[in-house]
Amino acid sequence: MRWFARRLGFYVFAIWVALTINFLLPRLMPGDPVSGLLAHLTPAQIQANPGIVHEFETLLGGTHNSIWHDYVTYLGRIAHFDFGLSTSNYPTPVSEVVGRTLPYSMFLVGVAFILAFVLGTAIGMVAAWRRGRAVDNVVVPVFMALSALPAFFTALLGLYFLGLKAHWFPIQHAYDSGVTPGFNWTFLSSAFRHSQLPILVIIAAFTGGWVLNMRTVMINTIGEDYVLMAQAKGLPDRRVMTRYAARNAILPPLNGFAPLFASAIGGLVFIEFVFSYPGAGLTLQQAVLGNDYPLAQALLVVLSICVILANLLMDILNLVLDPRLRSA
Amino acid sequence: MTALMEAPIDTRTSAPALLELRGLTVDYGGARAVDGVDLTIHEGEILGLAGESGCGKTTIANAVMQILRPPGRISGGSIVFRGEDLVGKSDEDMRRFRWRNVSMVFQSAMNALNPVMRVGDQFVDAMRAHERIDKKGALAQAEQLLELVGIDPARIRAYPHQLSGGMRQRVIIAIALSLNPELIVLDEPTTALDVVVQREIMQQVEALKQDFGFAVLFITHDVSLLLEFADRIAVMYAGEVVESAPAQKLGTDAQHPYTQGLLQSFPPLTGPLERLTGIPGSPPDLRNPPAGCRFHPRCPHCTRDNATLYLRQTAERPVLHEVAPGHSVACHLVEEGTA
Repeated sequence: MRWFARRLGFYVFAIWVALTINFLLPRLMPGDPVSGLLAHLTPAQIQANPGIVHEFETLLGGTHNSIWHDYVTYLGRIAHFDFGLSTSNYPTPVSEVVGRTLPYSMFLVGVAFILAFVLGTAIGMVAAWRRGRAVDNVVVPVFMALSALPAFFTALLGLYFLGLKAHWFPIQHAYDSGVTPGFNWTFLSSAFRHSQLPILVIIAAFTGGWVLNMRTVMINTIGEDYVLMAQAKGLPDRRVMTRYAARNAILPPLNGFAPLFASAIGGLVFIEFVFSYPGAGLTLQQAVLGNDYPLAQALLVVLSICVILANLLMDILNLVLDPRLRSA
Repeated sequence: MTALMEAPIDTRTSAPALLELRGLTVDYGGARAVDGVDLTIHEGEILGLAGESGCGKTTIANAVMQILRPPGRISGGSIVFRGEDLVGKSDEDMRRFRWRNVSMVFQSAMNALNPVMRVGDQFVDAMRAHERIDKKGALAQAEQLLELVGIDPARIRAYPHQLSGGMRQRVIIAIALSLNPELIVLDEPTTALDVVVQREIMQQVEALKQDFGFAVLFITHDVSLLLEFADRIAVMYAGEVVESAPAQKLGTDAQHPYTQGLLQSFPPLTGPLERLTGIPGSPPDLRNPPAGCRFHPRCPHCTRDNATLYLRQTAERPVLHEVAPGHSVACHLVEEGTA
């Protein structure tokens, strides 16, 4: 339990670091981000909202207050999830844009990542257990090759062959045009159909890593005496493979889950771009290209928190799976 | 492979043979880890198997259980258990045989229990792989077995890391008893433990043997431990048995130079401390073992002084010869009567 408390403390610290870097970045940029931002608005828009200049200044720097005063105001606003107005979606509040786009991305990455993990771990397990047999010689190299390609390239291949040529999947957007987002069957089924190809691409890109990871650890675990003893006990082969070898082999790769998740979120920008999928990744890309600093800032904060939460989730899972950590 | 030699008839032991190895040969790729070993374990006896690391002791144990790691495989000979050859049995038949007939206590007490499974569950799955028994009944049996080896039955809910090394080894012994097998293989069961715990555990095994009546194949490099606990001892060198004798006889009248060296490598348990000599050199590469007697490069009695003997030692493989009832030696010196 002390171990867990330490981890928790570390995450609070990590979130604080992420927020602070986020606060400092626009202030360290050469030039004046606020005037760059205001250049994207028409004079009429600025006049209609006289407080906006001050609002942007508190977020990005340029007020006449001390930096500490700004910092405290900034933290206070983030605590209320107030990131100001998005200039590329003017005058929609940033929090609304994030709330609209983030769920798509989280669904995409969440589902794809869990599937990639399950699939990769299972393949790695069987490949190591039956080394040099079909799964090891055929399936493993296929996933290795897929994961060696950059994600956007895999996305383009999938788009071209499975979408454009074979017509198996829709090629863009998160749902069919003409469908209104809402909690109804038409929307959900349409959204599900549109998510399939991006999910498939993420699985193709990330399963290979799990396969390799699991296979390597599993081969080492097979050499452990408890696996030998399980075999000597006359347990069925399958049980030795799952309950003894794989159950122990899964622990180290699990610790690699969070870093890989972070890189998947990075790859999301490209994948969503290829599929014109209106998730957080595409929005982030547009925000950066359009100098929409408030939106970019908010997305960076939210995505860093997602990665940190994924880490936390893995720690809890670790605690559940490894009794040795519980008593440490 | 060497010609099959006649298994030495042990006139001292009247109990019927339980496990017989006949010309057992195990290859690891190009290395022959076990080369034509004949060995008999009778019902209810403790057979000690001694030798340096890498001489094939553990390989014999794993071959009996047929849990050899690739590329290890049985390439010749037979393993006969109660008159039935185990080599060539189907996977499922072998699975049923393991633990029910022969169980095994592993070298590293620290590492032989699954670290993420409660102790009780590691009894339960062994029992349920062989018997129709519900989990509750199996756990109740496990508690009794733990008590038998001197561990608080409440520890059934513990994880291995919550137990000391000695306790873990006792737990493994209790698991080994859970199906009441005819033979228990102890593969260096006490190497990882300190000397005091070693003795306690061996005394416990001896006491349990009285109650349960199982036979023991006790594998260790610690000959002094064997002299104390084994009924008979077989000494292995480079994949072959070079000498086998009743324990007492071996302790006082070892004939093979290797056995003599091995005995001098351990301080006597009782009596004055003598100078330990050990055996110079190291075991041969099993991919390319020396011609003739495999021990000849390290043998103090192998010199060019006696040309004819030297020729035999370096060119001809010695075979086991009975020098006294139940005492066999594979050595040219003994054959020539110069030892």
